[in-house]
Amino acid sequence: MRASRLVSLVAGALLALTLTISVLLLRCIDTVRSGAPLEEVLYVSSPKVLKRMSLGYDGLLADIYWTRAVQYFGGKHHSGVKRYDLLAPLLEITTQLDPHLLVAYEYGANFLAPAPPLGAGMPERAIALQEFGIRNNPDDWHLYYNEGFVYYTELNDYAKAADAFARGARRPHAHPFLAVMAGRMAEHAGDLQMARMMWSTTYDTTRDKSVKANAAAHLRALQVDEDVTVLEQINNRYHQMTGRFAGSFGELASAGLLRGTPLDPLVHDYKLMPDGRVEVRHPDDLPFIQKGTPPDYTPPPVPKILPTD
Amino acid sequence: MSSRVFNIAFNTFREAVRDRVLYNLVAFALLMTGAAILVGQISIDIERLVVVNLGLTAVSLFGMVIAIFIGIGLVSKEIEKRFFGLAGTLIVNSVCMAVGVFAALFYVSRHFQSADGWVLVGLYFIILQFLIVTSLTLLFSSFSSPLLSAVFAFSLFVIGSFSEDLRGFASMTRGISKWLATAAAYLVPNFSALNVISSVAHQNPVSGQLIVYNTAYALFYATMALSGAVLIFERRNLK
Repeated sequence: MRASRLVSLVAGALLALTLTISVLLLRCIDTVRSGAPLEEVLYVSSPKVLKRMSLGYDGLLADIYWTRAVQYFGGKHHSGVKRYDLLAPLLEITTQLDPHLLVAYEYGANFLAPAPPLGAGMPERAIALQEFGIRNNPDDWHLYYNEGFVYYTELNDYAKAADAFARGARRPHAHPFLAVMAGRMAEHAGDLQMARMMWSTTYDTTRDKSVKANAAAHLRALQVDEDVTVLEQINNRYHQMTGRFAGSFGELASAGLLRGTPLDPLVHDYKLMPDGRVEVRHPDDLPFIQKGTPPDYTPPPVPKILPTD
Repeated sequence: MSSRVFNIAFNTFREAVRDRVLYNLVAFALLMTGAAILVGQISIDIERLVVVNLGLTAVSLFGMVIAIFIGIGLVSKEIEKRFFGLAGTLIVNSVCMAVGVFAALFYVSRHFQSADGWVLVGLYFIILQFLIVTSLTLLFSSFSSPLLSAVFAFSLFVIGSFSEDLRGFASMTRGISKWLATAAAYLVPNFSALNVISSVAHQNPVSGQLIVYNTAYALFYATMALSGAVLIFERRNLK
């Protein structure tokens, strides 16, 4: 009895000791292998081979690859890295394993198309992904919308954007805005109203908080660009009337050119600069703005997207 | 006669329970709980898909392992009756797992949809796969060693998963190769037709015709393999 207890004690101690040592050794191995991070490796790059290897369980494998793509993009995006070499192959494998995984097309376009640091800067791969999605899910209007969106925002190819929206508008249950966007694209391709309509549609139709927050940030930026343009025009008119730029919005209001103090979309007042320019108070909180920043302003490496709520 | 079959089948089921076969349910429960909680945090918008895909894949793989490793130990005079006991064990196991899948589905979606009912069809097809694999395991174990029977059954499961490719290969060849490839494609069990996991995960309906044809196919195939096992076993006993 005593001997068996001794054996149990020794075995228990050995178990704890060897477990601790193996964990410590693994940590040492990790430091040695830090130059070759595992996430940079695609063990099997052919979707066809992977599909066969899955023995019919390709749906689960697609979920795993989709999670891997999300983790890959999130990790790179968080660390501010601008190269996303594995992103497109991961998304292509995911969608070939499960061509009906619609979420991979929607987010895939958002991950692939925008220029770094917001995305991988691969709009052509994003469009190829949407085309593959359309071939396999021809009735899903979101895919046409995603494709048109990439053509519009990243490639400025308004004719192809209009074509994608028009094709999407013919799908059953398509969002009514697709037909409107297809029609207006040729006429108003580059104007603010068109961009506002695009981002509003994204804001209204997405179910994801991060995509919604991104759309809201773009809508705020469009509002600021429009506000700054109008306010600078008013200030120029004041300059023509008085020979100097206004020192405050009160002066513009007193001159009958403005009603009250204008506020930016985050409810902060704008700044009137001595040279007649108009600036926002907190440019870091308003990513994507084209106007209203100080001349020497450098945006943060990763845009600050505020949550929608 | 029927009560004898029932008794043997029931005892086989009790043997399986005594052998702690149903312990795999604990691993399955942990898997489903972990997946349901974890996936929402590390991925985007696929919680429901993962629960169905992972759940049905686990039901299928756990069941295949049970079918093969219990099946190879069932060589005795009542081979065809014990088949029902093992099939019963697999059905009970699968039903318990299905409860787990639906519990996890409810956890991630907070409600059920009518389209979730197609998951039951996916599960039913998996049970049909078990019938075929169990009968094949019994066939192989009637003339070879347990280890080889397991290897043969698993190999046939893999080949059966490629049966559509085999048919595609047959259509590309000519002459005797075409005949041989076509014969092989029709002889191996067609597991790909019985795998609708991805489809039901996307809430796509399964046609009634496919359910009827798959049911008939699985029953006829399993009966064919069992008959072969009985024939071989009877001949062996005569020696």
